[in-house]
Amino acid sequence: MNKKKEILISIALIAAVLAVLRVLELNIPPTSQWAMLLTVLKKGSIYALVAVSMNLLNGFTGLFSLGQAGFMMIGAYTYGVLTIPVADREMVYMYYDGGIIKFALPAVLGIIAAGLAAALFAFLIGLPVLRLKSDYLAIATLGFAEIMRALFQWDTLGPLTNGSNMIRNYPTFKTILFPFIASGICITLIVLLINSTYGRAFKAIRDDEIAAEAMGINLAHHKRIAFTVSSFFAGISGALLAMFQTNVQAKSFNSAMTYEILLIVVIGGIGSVTGSCISAFLFIACSEWLLRFLDETHKIGDFTVPLMRSGFRKVVFSIIIMVIVLFFRQGIMGTKEFSISGILSRFGGKKKNNKEGGAPLQ
Amino acid sequence: MKENVLKVENVTMQFGGVIAVDNMNIVVNEKEIVSLIGPNGAGKTTAFNVITGVYAPTNGAVYFRGKKIVENYPQGKMKKLYKGENNGIYKSVLSPTPDKITKLGIARTFQNIRLFKSQTVFENILIAEHLRRTSNLFTATFHMNREEEKNMREEADRLLEILELSDVRNEMATSLPYGKQRRLEIARAMATKPSLLLLDEPAAGMNPQETDELTAFIGRIRDDFGLTIFMIEHHMDLVMEISDRIYVLDFGKPIAEGIPEEIQNNPRVIEAYLGGAADE
Ligand SMILES: Nc1ncnc2c1ncn2[C@@H]1O[C@H](COP(=O)(O)OP(=O)(O)OP(=O)(O)O)[C@@H](O)[C@H]1O
Ligand SMILES: [Mg+2]
Repeated sequence: MNKKKEILISIALIAAVLAVLRVLELNIPPTSQWAMLLTVLKKGSIYALVAVSMNLLNGFTGLFSLGQAGFMMIGAYTYGVLTIPVADREMVYMYYDGGIIKFALPAVLGIIAAGLAAALFAFLIGLPVLRLKSDYLAIATLGFAEIMRALFQWDTLGPLTNGSNMIRNYPTFKTILFPFIASGICITLIVLLINSTYGRAFKAIRDDEIAAEAMGINLAHHKRIAFTVSSFFAGISGALLAMFQTNVQAKSFNSAMTYEILLIVVIGGIGSVTGSCISAFLFIACSEWLLRFLDETHKIGDFTVPLMRSGFRKVVFSIIIMVIVLFFRQGIMGTKEFSISGILSRFGGKKKNNKEGGAPLQ
Repeated sequence: MKENVLKVENVTMQFGGVIAVDNMNIVVNEKEIVSLIGPNGAGKTTAFNVITGVYAPTNGAVYFRGKKIVENYPQGKMKKLYKGENNGIYKSVLSPTPDKITKLGIARTFQNIRLFKSQTVFENILIAEHLRRTSNLFTATFHMNREEEKNMREEADRLLEILELSDVRNEMATSLPYGKQRRLEIARAMATKPSLLLLDEPAAGMNPQETDELTAFIGRIRDDFGLTIFMIEHHMDLVMEISDRIYVLDFGKPIAEGIPEEIQNNPRVIEAYLGGAADE
């Protein structure tokens, strides 16, 4: 199949998906039990972005970093702090005399600033941290995220971060199309990067650092690029999450959040972009909606179903994680990608000619 | 007088209290095939690692085409620990990372094959093109370097053609038979366009027929690409047939140097190595 046809089909599919989303949004009343579906889709699209950004690092560059929640927090705060309308600042920063920032950026600039702020932090800590080998890198990045979380709640920084109080009243999105389009653009950019010569260098580093270096790839430079770019997109997803939640508080960006993202990446397949996307929606659907019933007490006649009580959902999740790690280490997709040409050729019975001309990803 | 491509000067590599390479002096001239032989643990791979920037030597210097590329002297804890010779001659530190060495035109293969496991033969070669990129992160991401990308792919395919690996172009690198994996590793090193090629036991694990093919292959790439080759090898047939000169290493020290006939008849070499190797 030729490239043009593939691009046309992709565009048609994207338009169809967006149209369906819009129709759903307009027809599901907020009181309906299906309203939860919209919430899941919005949050899922945001988690898809952060999962893909983590996959860029862990799956494609082989850097086991656990700082994603920290970079999301930096993004969420940057967005919130910079976009609160000037008139509302007095109220939001009521304990800090209206804060020190006396201007407000438009939302889109705020989102970009969120990415840049996260990228700047990543760039600065990248140099010392990326010298560390696997486990130590994970510990250092996790530590960084925890330190940032404490720092953002520190009273002295209150005029900027509002201390442990909420950041709110910043612009949010009105339609479900917004997070989908924003995440979609960002994920597309990540895929383009992965398919470029830089992406090939990342994969070489993942497969064998020593050989990659012998091929003339500057390890420090390329690891820093991957780390900074990954954090940039984590920052953007943080801004989107802030918009989705309508308020942000540093304490919610804890290590449990990083584990959730890691879990999404592992379930989807380490090294698969489409896997991360699919698994983000599945995960959010399960945790926010489909498995909620596990946390409720159920009665069948006089009989109370055992185990089902608040917190049981978490137990079930832990079991799912163990099952995946023990038996399905490849996740849903392994390192494969889901692609239109791949599916068409499967249905059409045509054999894919080779990895290169065929799938748009890889 | 032929030009000096590689010069290893008074290089000592000491790990803790163990001296792996002991005051090594080696010269490799333009278009020569020079072999480095010696018993297991003699320090051959370590010497390669020093030349390619994987380790900074404890003391000594390395020159490439007359230019100093590596230099070091005992510092810190090593100041007291250092047991080698020529302490005090070297006073500056020059320790580039391996990618810098590769960019100068020195490529290598590894004793334990190190291919990019999750990638095809073609992709393994294509990676080497990255170091000559003129695109930056942005132009590459937005695919504004189509011309360059096309050239990279053509170049990789051309090399596969020349090195007779086109038939396995789309196979996973690790699915190849052992002999082909070794050849792919050489091809991948060639893709960085080196003028000096370091081969660490290229015939290890090969059967006699594969070894013969490899012998011809190495001779051919030297001639076709105008390469200088510095090679570690245990297969004596291969070494004696192909080498212009041979260095023999024992306990980190070169104990002999000369053309194959001289080495074969050198009593010290026979005692330290060849006698044993013949029994193996
Ligand atoms: N990173 C290291 N740390 C400590 N000791 C090392 C290190 N690398 C090599 N050595 C030691 O240096 C000595 C020489 O090792 P080297 O690998 O260079 O030998 P070699 O000549 O390549 O042997 P072989 O023929 O088995 O490949 C050995 O005693 C080895 O244990
Ligand atoms: Mg060795």
